[in-house]
Amino acid sequence: MNITDNKLSRRVILQGAGALALVGLGNLPFGAPVLAAANDKYPEDAFKQKSDADAIKALYGKTAETSDKIKLDAPEIAENGGVVPVSMTTTLADVSSIAFVVAENPIVLVAAYKIPAGTVPAVANRIKMAKTSKVTVLVEAGGKLYRTDKEVKVTVGGCGG
Amino acid sequence: MASTIRVRATSNGEITEVQALIQHPMDSGFVKDAKGEIIPPHFIQQLTFEYDGKPVFLADWGGGISKDPYVKFAFKGGKKGDDLKVSWTDNKGASDSTTAKIG
Repeated sequence: MNITDNKLSRRVILQGAGALALVGLGNLPFGAPVLAAANDKYPEDAFKQKSDADAIKALYGKTAETSDKIKLDAPEIAENGGVVPVSMTTTLADVSSIAFVVAENPIVLVAAYKIPAGTVPAVANRIKMAKTSKVTVLVEAGGKLYRTDKEVKVTVGGCGG
Repeated sequence: MASTIRVRATSNGEITEVQALIQHPMDSGFVKDAKGEIIPPHFIQQLTFEYDGKPVFLADWGGGISKDPYVKFAFKGGKKGDDLKVSWTDNKGASDSTTAKIG
């Protein structure tokens, strides 16, 4: 489950190439080339998991504790499972990552967002829901993982086309 | 070709609020077409917003994001008139990018 190795090597290669290109152009390479992006590999494995516990483990490698400092805004009833507006905010400090999981979807992980320092820990997006399900938002803050859940009833599933 | 990305970024002097709408089918690979055949997965996997050479928001998406995806976030800083670069890549290797002016 350790994805660090791959992503580092890819990053190093890319940074190396970037630095070379810049030198070639007669520019000095930046002192700290896009550091936050050291983390930018697509979490392929997490996007294959079929249970919320497995997806959380694949993405973060730890379990989440429920927090009342996260506010998850989702409709009680979604008439169209193909487009369910979901948003979240949190008062937790040092947020580094936010993810949305729909337990009853065939692939449970919907989105994972990296939040660099200086970015407000609040996201709105529109997700698909196959059927009535628990919707979970995960927040990684200060190295710990927190969650809040909400049940959303779906009257027409988002996978029927 | 017109960009697939529409971005609105507005600064209030302290915080820049960003909304993006992207044209993309976001096929999950679980839906059948009229003939009963599976529509193969085709969805955006990564979406990046960069300001001043640094990423301010990175999204990893699966097929569970709705068609023609919408996302909204905000970051501290960002000046009116500055550039915000937005780019995405999908699971078939296609990509697009655009640069929006913060208003």
